[in-house]
Amino acid sequence: MITYPATDSKPTRQAFGDEITELGKNNQDIVVVDMDISKSCKTDKFAKELPDQHLNVGIAEQGGAGVAAGMATAGKIPFLSTYAVFGSMRMAEQVRQETCYPFLNVKIACSHGGLTPANDGGSHQAIEDMGIYSSMPNMTVIMPADYHSTRKLVKEASEIYGPVYLRFTREKVPMIYDENEEFTIGKANKIQSGNDVAIIANGDTVSIALEATKQLTDQGISVQLLDMHTIKPIDREAVQECMDIGNIVTVEDHNIINGLGSAVSNVVAEEGNARVRKIGVQDQFGESAPYEKLLELNGITVDNIVRKAKELV
Amino acid sequence: MSHPTIEELKQQAAELRKTAVTMVYKAQSGHPGGSLSAADIITSLYFKEMNIDPANPDWEDRDRFVLSKGHVAPIQYSALAHLGYVPFEEIHRLREYKSPFQGHPDSKKCPGIDISTGSLGQGFSCAVGMAIAGKMDNKDYRSFALLGDGEIQEGQIWEAAQTAVKQKLDNLIAFVDDNRLQIDGPTEEIMPNQDIEKKFESFGFQTKRINGHSIEEIIRTLDEFTQEKNGVPKCIVCDTVKGKGVSFMEDVVAWHGKAPNDEEYQAALAELEGGLES
Repeated sequence: MITYPATDSKPTRQAFGDEITELGKNNQDIVVVDMDISKSCKTDKFAKELPDQHLNVGIAEQGGAGVAAGMATAGKIPFLSTYAVFGSMRMAEQVRQETCYPFLNVKIACSHGGLTPANDGGSHQAIEDMGIYSSMPNMTVIMPADYHSTRKLVKEASEIYGPVYLRFTREKVPMIYDENEEFTIGKANKIQSGNDVAIIANGDTVSIALEATKQLTDQGISVQLLDMHTIKPIDREAVQECMDIGNIVTVEDHNIINGLGSAVSNVVAEEGNARVRKIGVQDQFGESAPYEKLLELNGITVDNIVRKAKELV
Repeated sequence: MSHPTIEELKQQAAELRKTAVTMVYKAQSGHPGGSLSAADIITSLYFKEMNIDPANPDWEDRDRFVLSKGHVAPIQYSALAHLGYVPFEEIHRLREYKSPFQGHPDSKKCPGIDISTGSLGQGFSCAVGMAIAGKMDNKDYRSFALLGDGEIQEGQIWEAAQTAVKQKLDNLIAFVDDNRLQIDGPTEEIMPNQDIEKKFESFGFQTKRINGHSIEEIIRTLDEFTQEKNGVPKCIVCDTVKGKGVSFMEDVVAWHGKAPNDEEYQAALAELEGGLES
């Protein structure tokens, strides 16, 4: 069930830290490989409670990725934990060669996705990561929207075989789902049905899209709202439904190139006929600023979603 | 672990060299130089040292081997073919469509390959991960890795080394095939390694430099190192000659990644018959 407006908010990295510790207690093959930032990635609790299943390789992401792959060949389920910029770029080739190519069961679980490490500046804001991992065969790419959905999707990622990239927020995001909501990797979560325009969002932009949906609904526009937490494999059936509506707005905290909007547009280009407007980071690096300011600089706002939706309807 | 005599192992090494050269000749592509420099190390591991079962390549207690210098796949493939991991006639399909013998080792396509390699600098980290998993599961298996002297220019090698020492991996043994040549020229010119033993030693490894073409020395060093359960990973730096066993390939940079023609192939086979001079 959706709670809107949300009464509480938490960073989704916290959900990862909480869930992975519970999962580790029940499955001793689950291993966390940290790279010196366990406190920030919220895996410090796992390290403390499950020291025999934990490894800290220091500031050495490439080696960490290789070690995880080696452990996976022996039946371990390693979760590499770092920031999204390093987890998707410093170790990209290692993950490609030693996890995706041999199809090993390694998960890359990264905090500080998108613009959420706002005051850290452009160096730490990962806007390319989901596109990079979407390009790699065998990889699944996910960004959950809030605390409870993150816990569910982390659990599911631990239960499916194969490489998964999971992306979390540094900033707090509203808790919109209750703990009983179920999530399936590769299956969009339909928050609301409608027939004038479809809004497809993921990650921290789902709560922004929710507010836009409310405003549009108040103005008599019927909105279908999807939480497309998995951008690869994309839920083609769900996109098909949106194509039937004919108007689609995508919203993401990622570069406008190669993220959610591109994944949706690919399905539209291949299989159907609909008008798509993409909202996301405008192919530009960020800077140190409040998180909301950075979203605004890229048009990732309630007002812009409402405007684009109305242009289409 | 089997118990062949040193003489039998030398014969086996000669057979592996012939098979590797045949594979590269047939494919008209591949890396003969480094395959020949690594032949005696590979023979000692596959035909003497490692606890492996060709009939059960995924046996969970098997010793692991990672060919971190993945481009010398022909010598590893030769060992796998002679041991029966794959039908022997597959040696004629190196680098062909749907062959188990891909250009670089592919664990999805070839039984007996513990992990795919080919991008230099990465395999050693994987071998470290295998050794860590073994420790976590209280298994007795060992993890062996073969590194090139050019390959250790990659920074990731040293990330793996520091993790191996921190994790006290006395179940890990790295070989460095120090044949002193890389594609663009002598390692000493392209990027000097300085003292490889001292480098590994200063990271915390127990190291030894030996003649990488002396099966006696390789076996003796392995006996010594595998018995030391002292919480320290080991590194065996091997003095080798690129192209060893084929006179016109020995110490010649051009034979890094070049296939012999008909005449060269016949000459190579004739020289390899009977093994290395001792």
